[in-house]
Amino acid sequence: MEEVYGTIKVKKGLAEMLKGGVIMDVTSAGQAKIAEEAGAVAVMALERIPADIRSQGGVARMADPKLVKDIMDAVSIPVMAKVRIGHFAEAQILESIGVDFIDESEVLTPADETHHVNKWDFKIPFVCGARDLGEALRRISEGAAMIRTKGEPGTGDIAEAVRHMRVVMDEIRKIQNMSEDELFTEAKELRAPVELVREIKALGRLPVVNFAAGGIATPADASLMMQLGADGVFVGSGIFKSANPKRRAEAIVAATTYFDKPEIVAKASESLGEEMAGIDIKDLTDKDKMQVRGE
Amino acid sequence: MKVGVLAIQGAVSEHINMLKRAGAEALAVKTAEGINAVDGLILPGGESTTIGRLIRLHTIDDVIKERAAKGMPIYGTCAGMILLSKDINGFNQPTLDLIDATVIRNAFGRQVDSMEVDLAIKGFDVPFHATFVRAPVAERLGKDVEVLSELPEGVVFVKQGNILASSFHPELGNDLRIHKYFLDIVKSFLNKQ
Repeated sequence: MEEVYGTIKVKKGLAEMLKGGVIMDVTSAGQAKIAEEAGAVAVMALERIPADIRSQGGVARMADPKLVKDIMDAVSIPVMAKVRIGHFAEAQILESIGVDFIDESEVLTPADETHHVNKWDFKIPFVCGARDLGEALRRISEGAAMIRTKGEPGTGDIAEAVRHMRVVMDEIRKIQNMSEDELFTEAKELRAPVELVREIKALGRLPVVNFAAGGIATPADASLMMQLGADGVFVGSGIFKSANPKRRAEAIVAATTYFDKPEIVAKASESLGEEMAGIDIKDLTDKDKMQVRGE
Repeated sequence: MKVGVLAIQGAVSEHINMLKRAGAEALAVKTAEGINAVDGLILPGGESTTIGRLIRLHTIDDVIKERAAKGMPIYGTCAGMILLSKDINGFNQPTLDLIDATVIRNAFGRQVDSMEVDLAIKGFDVPFHATFVRAPVAERLGKDVEVLSELPEGVVFVKQGNILASSFHPELGNDLRIHKYFLDIVKSFLNKQ
């Protein structure tokens, strides 16, 4: 057999190699190098971190391809970049410059109110956000090779990521206890293909890697999400909005690997300096919430 | 027979599943005590910079080297192969230096160049369906390094004594032959003790 490229196996395979790791948002080649040296498994190249998108407002779009290329040249780890929900032309651009992973992200302003990108059309893998199992399965049916919680990006408040992770895990446990006959109605209620619901019952987990994202700011946050069943974590604004990004990045990496060893997480948490100020999720109106974008 | 999978980061559960299916007792290990309690060790795929940094930081690399010096079999896949090599082309990251070879990271290119292919492997009658993900290759091989498989891009599967390394991921498939081959090495190591 000849070599075959861009199969779902190599797409899901890359996500599996990221497990137990931290993916960090970076806005320059310099930040990307700091992230790599601190032990990030991948970086997310973007023009503005979620906290700034939130405070500055306006339409948030795919990053300048030149910036993404500069970051790709600066580091040897995988580089991810974000496209607006449904904006397949932005995804085509990122694929053509050789980005390793695309995040079809609610952090950017959605380009299509009804449709997501048909991710099967691409040779590179996609990660998408989800607040519950139905949403996760719809994204997987569109070709996503990795899922992450949406959380509430740019807030530094972990509450929403916790809620989304618990909801997904709870729904998976529920399906495991269902009889075969009940899966059809469950699929209808989840608005997801019954084949995927069957797969969940058989596997006892999502058929792709499931990371935590949206509000992780401290080593303890990373440990919490790992203990709730996340396969790894994304840290957006939490690192480069803090007083000492390098040390905080290293600390979150240590806490993600040793999430079940409190003495190591404690040591990693010591004297990290000022954290990102953050926004209490209860102070946000529905209009300000990014997680409601793209169901 | 107890085989550990180094659980710093990467495709740990996939290897554990394969080892169990191949009939071994398998567990995730991430501390010195954990590594000292197993008869063989797998270094999984993941990010070699991340895993390399953390094993140095927590001095787990010293424990692995001590066990290897006493003959414990080790198998590294992808990032694991990078960590087992003598050095990494273009990077001055410390390695375990258990295979006399230089690795080229991302030798096939970026993720868009990741692929599946049927691979001829020395000693296997039927080709092995292999998955390569941002994979390395080995070059400048020392005289004790046996080549088990290669592609036009370079050497992808090697053995040196009780150390095995592949740039592809048998743990992402269903074919147990390579895991069984490694378990045979672990078995003969235990028999000699």
